[in-house]
Amino acid sequence: MAEENGKKLVIGVIGADVHAVGIRILEYAFRQAGFDVTNLGVMVSQEEYVNAAVETAADAVVVSSLYGHAELDCRGLRQKLDEAGLADILLYVGGNIVVGKQDFVEVEKRFRNMGFDRVFPPSTPPEETLKWLEYDLGVQ
Amino acid sequence: MGAVLLIDFGSTWTKLTAVSLSSEALLGSAAAFTTVEKDINIGLQEAMKQLESKIGPQEYDDIWACSSAAGGLRMQVSGLVPELTAEAARMAALGAGAKIDRVFSYELTGQDLARIEADQPDIFLLVGGTDGGNRDCIVGNAEKLAGLEARFPIIYAGNRSALDECEKILSDFPLTVCPNVMPRFGELQTETVQKEIRSLFLTQIIEAKGLTEAKNLLSGILMPTPSAMLSAMKLLAEGSRTQEGIGPLMGIDVGGATTDVYSIADGSPRDMQVMLKGLPEPYVKRTVEGDIGMRHCIDGIIAELGLENLAGRCGLPEDRAEELYERFSSKKEIIPETGEEEAFELALAMAAVDVASQRHSGKLQEVYTSTGLAYVQTGKDLRSLEQIVLSGGALIHAGDPLKIAKAALYNSAAPTSLRPLRARIWRDSKYILSAMGVLAEKEADLALKIMKRELEDIGEISSQE
Repeated sequence: MAEENGKKLVIGVIGADVHAVGIRILEYAFRQAGFDVTNLGVMVSQEEYVNAAVETAADAVVVSSLYGHAELDCRGLRQKLDEAGLADILLYVGGNIVVGKQDFVEVEKRFRNMGFDRVFPPSTPPEETLKWLEYDLGVQ
Repeated sequence: MGAVLLIDFGSTWTKLTAVSLSSEALLGSAAAFTTVEKDINIGLQEAMKQLESKIGPQEYDDIWACSSAAGGLRMQVSGLVPELTAEAARMAALGAGAKIDRVFSYELTGQDLARIEADQPDIFLLVGGTDGGNRDCIVGNAEKLAGLEARFPIIYAGNRSALDECEKILSDFPLTVCPNVMPRFGELQTETVQKEIRSLFLTQIIEAKGLTEAKNLLSGILMPTPSAMLSAMKLLAEGSRTQEGIGPLMGIDVGGATTDVYSIADGSPRDMQVMLKGLPEPYVKRTVEGDIGMRHCIDGIIAELGLENLAGRCGLPEDRAEELYERFSSKKEIIPETGEEEAFELALAMAAVDVASQRHSGKLQEVYTSTGLAYVQTGKDLRSLEQIVLSGGALIHAGDPLKIAKAALYNSAAPTSLRPLRARIWRDSKYILSAMGVLAEKEADLALKIMKRELEDIGEISSQE
């Protein structure tokens, strides 16, 4: 395991999505890389992400979704974080975030417009997300 | 071995219970009005005289007490997010037997500070942020408290990373430091805080409550009454070193102004398919409904159920129920006499038990997901506990206590509320629970033996019937 890097993440599967395995793998991968991880598990509401990020003073919120409804579930999350005084917090989303096969460039644009800093397509390996987290949070 | 005298200084009554250590039995009990405004010993001496006339003069090896006189242990708590650290602080204080004046969350406002200054708490519990988490809120709140004129005991149980700074800021308050009530997200750690609350109650608060005189009589134990009730119920449920308890239980105490509910039970989801959301709740849990009571707080019952519902429950027309409601809330000392009044009193007690037990128990909600139906539980699942203990005047003197107790069971009209499916009902007919909780501090075996003998088993009820 890498040395703790002092950066705090809040992660979880948003909405009415019960896919429990992937988020455990992400938790493990992020911990191994030295992050302090609060895993909210599955079926996480927007308010839970916001509350957890406030109490833990998180550096990033990583939203996972596998059932295609993320576009509905994620709308308004950035605004709620803004309201809670977390305007600068890093916000990621990844997984099967839309229904059917859609052009990912378009999908990414839509989620960027919702205030997500990075958007990851299906089957992104944890290493890829880690790389960007470390880059965006200035972890050496 | 001789005898022990147990005193319960209540807001209205000072109750005495004498216990013989050698014959392991109750010797007798007596009660007189509490006289805390003048000198608490006047009422105590009066009760002593009565007790002596009943059981003759006794030599007491020890005199121990609990107290809720002079407003009980009044606490205010402040945390960060209402559902997280503020809720953790509230649960910690309730579990230590406190009466919670106010729960503040986020940064204290000018209005909050004015309230704190006006109604100075006996203890202020300051929390916020997980360890290593948010520190701005708790540091800011410490600074604001330091700007007040008032000084009162503060317990710090928030973000460890902000402790050094807060200790400096709060240096002229009597400050006690405890581990964070929520060290990591979703983890509760309340035991040390509760121990400190009880110890502050004993060493500092008693003087402010006009109990100093009485304290000289006592040989050690003095605890907040709700904390004694919790100890008694925990002992009754779990058993002592040599005797078995009666198993997981729920306790209900309906008073004139509040309704307390206790549960000594695990309450975690019983089914693998059920997901738990929200804060984990303590195994020994106490809730206090400040808006639910038989006299001072009828309004809360009406607000929750509606007058029509209450009228239906007592089989009276709505306008008649309204008249009775006005009579009961304006004449606090009323004792029901007519058939209608008795029906109204019974409906009130059932409603109080119904509402308070629902607020105490967890909830199970159905959620439709892409992979089918899923269940989400918040709070404690109490469906499988099988014992309910009734205490408090309204329940002890009730004509039909089983009917009232049934209002605490699972009900298909409120199917999401995870209340017991069936239970054996015990009644604290001799008002011994708080005294046994005090006795349990040193003589757990004896206290349990007496409870098992003296609590009245009034039968079994089921939500199916």
